[in-house]
Amino acid sequence: MSKIKNAFAGGKAFIPFITCGDPDLATTAACVREMVKNGASLIELGIPFSDPTAEGVVIQNANLRALRGGTTTDKVFELVKDLRRDVKIPLVFMTYANVVFGYGAEKFISTCAALGIDGLILPDLPFEEKGEFLPLCRKYGVDLISMIAPTSENRIAMIVREAEGFLYIVSSLGVTGTRNKIVTDLAPIIKIVRENTKIPCAIGFGISTPEQARAMANLSDGAIIGSAIIKILAEHGSNAPKFIGAYTKTIVNSLRRKYDSNV
Amino acid sequence: MTNAKGRFGVYGGQYIPETLMNAVIELEAAYEKFKADATFNAELEKLFNEYAGRPSRLYFAERMTNDLGGAKIYLKREDLNHTGAHKINNVLGQALLAKKMGKTRLIAETGAGQHGVATATAAALMNMECVIFMGEEDTIRQALNVYRMKLLGAEVVAVKTGTATLKDAVSETFREWTRRISDTHYCLGSVMGPHPFPTIVRDFQAVISKEIKSQMLEREGKLPDVVIACVGGGSNAMGSFWNFIDDKQVKLIGCEAAGRGVDTFETAATIATGRTGIFHGMKSYFCQDEFGGIAPVYSISAGLDYPGIGPEHAHLHDTGRAEYVPITDAEAVEAFEYLSRTEGIIPAIESAHAVAYAQKIAPNMPKEKIIVITISGRGDKDCASVAKYRGVNIDE
Repeated sequence: MSKIKNAFAGGKAFIPFITCGDPDLATTAACVREMVKNGASLIELGIPFSDPTAEGVVIQNANLRALRGGTTTDKVFELVKDLRRDVKIPLVFMTYANVVFGYGAEKFISTCAALGIDGLILPDLPFEEKGEFLPLCRKYGVDLISMIAPTSENRIAMIVREAEGFLYIVSSLGVTGTRNKIVTDLAPIIKIVRENTKIPCAIGFGISTPEQARAMANLSDGAIIGSAIIKILAEHGSNAPKFIGAYTKTIVNSLRRKYDSNV
Repeated sequence: MTNAKGRFGVYGGQYIPETLMNAVIELEAAYEKFKADATFNAELEKLFNEYAGRPSRLYFAERMTNDLGGAKIYLKREDLNHTGAHKINNVLGQALLAKKMGKTRLIAETGAGQHGVATATAAALMNMECVIFMGEEDTIRQALNVYRMKLLGAEVVAVKTGTATLKDAVSETFREWTRRISDTHYCLGSVMGPHPFPTIVRDFQAVISKEIKSQMLEREGKLPDVVIACVGGGSNAMGSFWNFIDDKQVKLIGCEAAGRGVDTFETAATIATGRTGIFHGMKSYFCQDEFGGIAPVYSISAGLDYPGIGPEHAHLHDTGRAEYVPITDAEAVEAFEYLSRTEGIIPAIESAHAVAYAQKIAPNMPKEKIIVITISGRGDKDCASVAKYRGVNIDE
């Protein structure tokens, strides 16, 4: 069991996502430290991929900026090594199957373990294909995170029973990106999740405002935010860390305040 | 252990987001049901014969045979199908299947535009909504096909992301499918993507080799010695090979687009320059960098300009049952001109890659040997880009 569960020990979790190397790795490091300082519970570090098929245009562009800037998997590993000198909260990688496969799955996953990466999120590795990397993840003690989508229906229980670390619940159809409104009826999905596992679950895709984050975290154990953070990076570039710190604080405050009513 | 479903050796599988899993499971169930359904097959055969103009001709290319002075050369004329390419075979099958599944909307990627035109055609025929995703670069290279699709009632979305070519069109169509699944079928154009697509597309294209076999037995009383087809994703090649796979004496050759050469970065020859990877829903060979990034590829042919190859081809390559050879832009353009001059047949620039390899091997083969080349499409669409390659400016 990894330390991912620690991220959920202090109440509702805020899980920000950042694409490593956008616009450069020094900015990423500064952003991560701002997120930690302002109360992020767990951070998803995106390793850039040439063709991120599950991403909307905001994160697609972040991937391209990072790759154009010369970011490679090896350089992301160096970044994590640096971060782990002072960053204690759980860190997971979010990337695509070919980034792991192309690097050499055992070399990649063993390096993750050695650097203190707690989990791996691969949106193009569904339940049926997790055997591709699961034995290596088990061998080295890295959680392979499972995802549930609005279309999962009869598959939810099957996925949830074997899930590790935390469950990533995809709020909406489509790819990543901010949405004005999340229309999926998530409560029945969460109910099946709760019936089948004790591990925490967090909701992502489409969340940007503190109100949305609070509503999603109230339904589950936490909120995941990606595109809204990448937009701040796209706007402010290497000046983004302080803005991302402030944004983190806003979201964390909205999650940690006590609310009686359902939002 | 990896999932055994939809595997060709180690290749294939279903590497897609969870959001799409029930969609491919539903598709597989529907396909299993309808492929054995007599009514479905009768309807499809009727569409093939009366609408698409099947069976396509197996034509003895006498002038080319005499000119090359070796093996007898036959051309499987998929270019004579309605819409001008083999793509219609798969599209009619998938559109009919989608209709039976209650879907009302078809989406598809296209490279050269042939698959997009075929999908738009089937959508018009079956009264379905249609959206085609095409790399912006390709909408310029193949402007006429964009107009044809619109004329047929389809919406054409120019994809600007990444390299703005076929791979980006495929990615964008997958993204669109995750946005809208319940009424939409992704009519994938090649023997690629997640299971069950490589199998479905192969089965609908297998009519090509089924016909070659019976036509050849009728004409020559024996099987061909070599079957040659071009390979991007590999649907016309898979269709041309399928019914010969157990006939070990028939040599199967796939021609990849080498672009400016396999020793340059401007190539799309996946088997020659790629390695095993996971992308677009499948494990197969891909052109990629040392970190698994998908490499930008290049070919004069928009239809072969793809960094991967269908998983069953990867398996046929590994087992040695089929051979894959790279053909450069220069060789393909010469073959394009050669077939036009020699037989009065303008092949698609994709198909010209297969013609080019036949030109290489036919002269060294005895006269009693037989080569079949699949002419996967007609070349009218390529005249402007070949002219440009030759430095001739023509208005389209």
